[in-house]
Amino acid sequence: MPKKYETPLLDELEKGPFPSFVTEIKKAAARSDMAADELGQLEKSYRDKRGYWKHGGIVGVRGYGSGVIGRYSSLPDEFPNVANFHTVRINSISGFFYTSKFLNEMCDIWDKYGSGLTNLHGSTGDLVLLGTNTENLEPIFAEFSSRGWDLGGSGSALRTPSCCVGPARCEWANIDTLDITYSITQEWQDEMHRPAFPYKFKFKTAGCAVDCIASIARADCSIIGTWKGNIAVDQAEVANYAKKGMNIQEEIVNMCPSKCMSYDGKELKINDADCIRCMHCIAKMTKALKPTGEKGATILIGSKAPFVIGATLSWVIVPFIKMEPPYDEFKDLIRKMWEFWDEYGKNRERIGELIIRKGMREFLEFIGVEPQPQQIKEPRRDPFFFWTEADLQK
Amino acid sequence: MEKEEVKKKIYELVEKSTGKKKLKSSDIQKTISAEAGISRDEVKDALRDLIDEGKLIYTYFGGSFVEIPPK
Ligand code: HEM
Ligand code: HEM
Ligand code: SF4
Ligand code: SF4
Repeated sequence: MPKKYETPLLDELEKGPFPSFVTEIKKAAARSDMAADELGQLEKSYRDKRGYWKHGGIVGVRGYGSGVIGRYSSLPDEFPNVANFHTVRINSISGFFYTSKFLNEMCDIWDKYGSGLTNLHGSTGDLVLLGTNTENLEPIFAEFSSRGWDLGGSGSALRTPSCCVGPARCEWANIDTLDITYSITQEWQDEMHRPAFPYKFKFKTAGCAVDCIASIARADCSIIGTWKGNIAVDQAEVANYAKKGMNIQEEIVNMCPSKCMSYDGKELKINDADCIRCMHCIAKMTKALKPTGEKGATILIGSKAPFVIGATLSWVIVPFIKMEPPYDEFKDLIRKMWEFWDEYGKNRERIGELIIRKGMREFLEFIGVEPQPQQIKEPRRDPFFFWTEADLQK
Repeated sequence: MEKEEVKKKIYELVEKSTGKKKLKSSDIQKTISAEAGISRDEVKDALRDLIDEGKLIYTYFGGSFVEIPPK
């Protein structure tokens, strides 16, 4: 029977309308010594107002430099069952489509070898198994790999790529997010498991600008589906929306960020040359509006949480690129970016921070992409378009 | 250059900097490829062998490093 701790402070977090992680840990703590000590240590942290986890060091399975994150308690005598409490990242599947058979097996393996606590999914997108000791790492890896699963990324490596459900369930997808994610994962196994970057690198792929995977805020490289043609308008359906009570002027036209729509009460018009493909109107009037023409993606770089500099959103590097298997043009572009980062990046400097430090001009020159108006992140930034002497002579 | 020789060079480099400076995989690739006049891919390949054999391991201290495993 696991030890039971008094947790008056954590109990406060069970009150209120939201699901509570404390309730969940308590459930696991009824069966698992690890989860019980985890709860005990956490209560102590709340009481003492400080964390008791140490992090890093030597952890992993043979041949891998990532996928396991070392956690150690700094109070091993008081909480011996969490003296080691490592996190295991399992590479999630594109779009997070699991079979219930796998989920059952995963839980059984984790009850046997770990704390029973999981996190589906971590911010990076991995299936996260929270808390096990060092001896259990190889057996856990064997259990998963024999079923066709692999560890995810961690450390100074490519992190587990993730994507929205894309064409599997969503009619707005302009690209096959699932296949792109799978292809990236297979192509760059070494980059994921054998850390050789200055710091982490994340890919997230969204089928359209609705960006259900939040790629714009969470990925060093955001791949967002878009289209080249016009938005086809079905005026009869527009009339239907109006009849059903939609205020088209207020809800659609006035909220178009590029102010390229107009509506006279009968006809909805779009000046497609000014449309920035934000998806607002299409998401609101799905039956009336539809993108047409060539489909592809916009490639953006640079979002990250605060560290060396504050949080950033990704910004456009390539406004439009075709995304069809085997994605060679895209992959070559990424390799050039990594080369730039490898050449100039400091330890623990994300690629976006490096670009801000060195300037867009050098970055674009290095990767061989022409400066384009879409790359301008905000007005009044230092200009990165300069004519060279050779340009001036033309 | 023979792969075994590259492996030896890598191991010596890591051994030499143990206790002084933690080396990243890219440090090793840059140093050895420049010293031995070989491509970074060759260095990477030899490093992969050393890791797979357990002679070297990856560690994490705010970033990922390559080190000799503790005895
Ligand atoms: C009919 C004549 C002109 C018009 C319509 C005009 C219009 C403009 C506009 C629209 C801007 C951009 C403002 C913004 O970005 O918010 C601008 C900026 C500027 N204009 Fe003019 N301009 C005129 C004449 C001039 C002349 C004669 C000069 C200098 C001798 C000048 C110097 C500048 C400068 C330096 C800026 C940049 C200000 C900044 O970046 O802070 N303009 N002008
Ligand atoms: C001794 C004379 C001058 C000095 C010390 C001077 C200094 C400066 C400085 C420090 C800036 C700000 C630069 C920055 O934002 O990084 C500036 C901007 C500017 N100056 Fe001058 N300036 C001088 C003469 C002139 C003259 C004679 C003109 C035009 C006929 C001029 C046109 C401008 C313009 C257009 C800008 C704004 C550039 C921009 O916003 O991109 N300046 N100047
Ligand atoms: S990001 Fe776009 S394509 Fe992907 S699920 Fe959301 S709405 Fe659909
Ligand atoms: S997609 Fe966005 S920018 Fe384009 S017309 Fe619709 S609301 Fe306007």
